[in-house]
Amino acid sequence: MTTTQVANALATGPVVRTQSEGTGPLAVRTAGLTKRFRSGQVAVDGIDLVVPRGSVYGFLGPNGSGKTTTIRMLLGLVRPTSGKAWLLGEPMPEAAGALLPRVGVLVEGPAFQPYLSGRANLARLDASDATADPRTARRRSEEALERVGLTAAAGKPYRQYSLGMKQRLGLAAALLRPRELLVLDEPTNGLDPQGTREVRHLVRELADAGTTVLVSSHLLTEIEQVCSHIGIMGRGRLLLQGERHELTGRGVASVAVTTSPHQVGTAAQVLTSLGLRDVVVDGPGLEAPLGDVAPERVSAALVHAGVDLVGLEVRRPSLEQLFVRLTGEGFDVAR
Amino acid sequence: MSPADVLDPPAPGSRAPAPVLVPQATVAHRGAWGRLLRSEMRLVFGRRRNIALLSGLAAVPLLLGVVLFVTQDSALGGQGPGFVGRVTGNGLFLVIAALFMCLPFLLPLTIGVASGDAIAGEAQAGTLRYLLAVPVSRTRLLAVKAVAVLTFVGAAVLAIALVALVTGAVLFGLSDITLLSGTTVPLADGLLRVAGVAAYVALSLTGLVAVGLFLSTLTEVPVGAMAATVVVAIVSAVLDTLPQLAVIHPALLTHHWLDVAEFLRVQVDWGVLGQGLAVQGAWVAIFGALAWSRFTTADVTS
Ligand SMILES: Nc1ncnc2c1ncn2[C@@H]1O[C@H](COP(=O)(O)OP(=O)(O)OP(=O)(O)O)[C@@H](O)[C@H]1O
Ligand SMILES: [Mg+2]
Repeated sequence: MTTTQVANALATGPVVRTQSEGTGPLAVRTAGLTKRFRSGQVAVDGIDLVVPRGSVYGFLGPNGSGKTTTIRMLLGLVRPTSGKAWLLGEPMPEAAGALLPRVGVLVEGPAFQPYLSGRANLARLDASDATADPRTARRRSEEALERVGLTAAAGKPYRQYSLGMKQRLGLAAALLRPRELLVLDEPTNGLDPQGTREVRHLVRELADAGTTVLVSSHLLTEIEQVCSHIGIMGRGRLLLQGERHELTGRGVASVAVTTSPHQVGTAAQVLTSLGLRDVVVDGPGLEAPLGDVAPERVSAALVHAGVDLVGLEVRRPSLEQLFVRLTGEGFDVAR
Repeated sequence: MSPADVLDPPAPGSRAPAPVLVPQATVAHRGAWGRLLRSEMRLVFGRRRNIALLSGLAAVPLLLGVVLFVTQDSALGGQGPGFVGRVTGNGLFLVIAALFMCLPFLLPLTIGVASGDAIAGEAQAGTLRYLLAVPVSRTRLLAVKAVAVLTFVGAAVLAIALVALVTGAVLFGLSDITLLSGTTVPLADGLLRVAGVAAYVALSLTGLVAVGLFLSTLTEVPVGAMAATVVVAIVSAVLDTLPQLAVIHPALLTHHWLDVAEFLRVQVDWGVLGQGLAVQGAWVAIFGALAWSRFTTADVTS
């Protein structure tokens, strides 16, 4: 994706204003949202999503945890069995007609008419939007194509697109108009590392311009860095949500010490004497949960005992560890 | 999260108070219906498979005309079902003969293809979810799809009729037309009557279009919807031949299809034709309503 100016793509006249004037501080909110499919499967089980305006909300969960089903309910594609959903303060699906033009979406991969070109597919989507201005259709579609780096391939039939090109066209469709909210389901699926980086960059750029982004993924490392908020799904339930640094800071830190092999025993004694428990020894390394002990006390005590410190590191659990601990199954399909 | 969090969400990240985009005007532009319809027409008529189908249908009268022309002096010349026997005498009859040939199977197939594409095809391609998220209201989308399918079927009938007229004129010439009773009326009158036949055939297909669209809302497999639509037409025709079912015959989808012969009577009985169209109207109303209620409530999980 090129670094076409945000201002360029948003040129149809967005004016920024402060949050208090908006229709509400939340871009997405659900209350007890539940979907039981006819098969009897409860794909989404009473979730209460809270996505503040202006946030980049990483919606994470293993395969089959209910992310796409939740997104389908948010967009009015699937009717909830119970519970309610609001987008930008308006109830869904009642307000869909006036509301969804303000929302750009990518749901479960891109999908276009295979025998139309990328450009013609965008034109078709725009023609379907009763609230889109036909006079600016051409310009908006060219801008969206340029923004995702697809201008060169815009005339090719969609069926000839590579996976990454399809994904880019999907993003272009989501960016056909200036949006207040973007709902992107697995936007990096099928993209090469460069493409993944570009998507991250794009998301950050859009967020900086004030667009709220709800982005789902089962590969959290891909989006972790751009998220201000995180929600973790598992087996249809929202296991955890909140600000990212708050969530990652919540875990217990541990200290990892590396020393020379013959001093490992001494080092372990020092750690135990400081009150650290569960010391794990692994070759020349030791690791133990820090508890209330300050890391500098650990280093001082080790040096005082004459232990050669090759390395000392305070480890906080990464989001990935948190994710795996919460969802249990790691990255396996839950059911 | 507790309800308190809902009311008092955490500040968005480390960013400064986020600017929020002013909601865009989300009022419908004038002409939005027309824009969507034109786009849909381009989709239907721009698809190579559909154009091939139209060309195939248009080839039927051409083929029929050539066969009749070549064999007209043989022992079998001037024979055949329907109005085929009369074609060599007057090219105008080629229009009627060709339409009769296409009615039992080829035109229902055309309806099946077009209506199967309309909803099930979009569902299978996954494009339905993106259209609905644009958003297009489901009622509006169904209406536009119905108009497009009807237009396509109308175009098919027109293609058959026009090619038949030209082929008939070139190979056999057009002349005053002899009606069923033996009375002869001038060519201009004959042309009008033949146009009436084509129009009646097209209108007689509307019920099957509604059935096809309904079937299309039931599945994500367009071929399934296509096949089912053709099967409905064939089963209806079969039932129409069973004398035991005479009571239900007048209500059958295909029963009145051949009433077009009415146009070849000296006094066209509009009552008979009106009855046929009323039956089609009933099928359209019932299956249109079914399609609507299914399509506007179904979960889109494709
Ligand atoms: N139409 C359907 N009928 C029945 N069950 C369904 C249907 N669609 C989804 N499910 C089930 O609901 C659960 C959640 O599916 P969903 O697609 O929401 O998961 P996801 O979190 O998006 O997974 P992924 O990361 O693989 O995209 C799965 O167990 C799936 O089998
Ligand atoms: Mg999914």
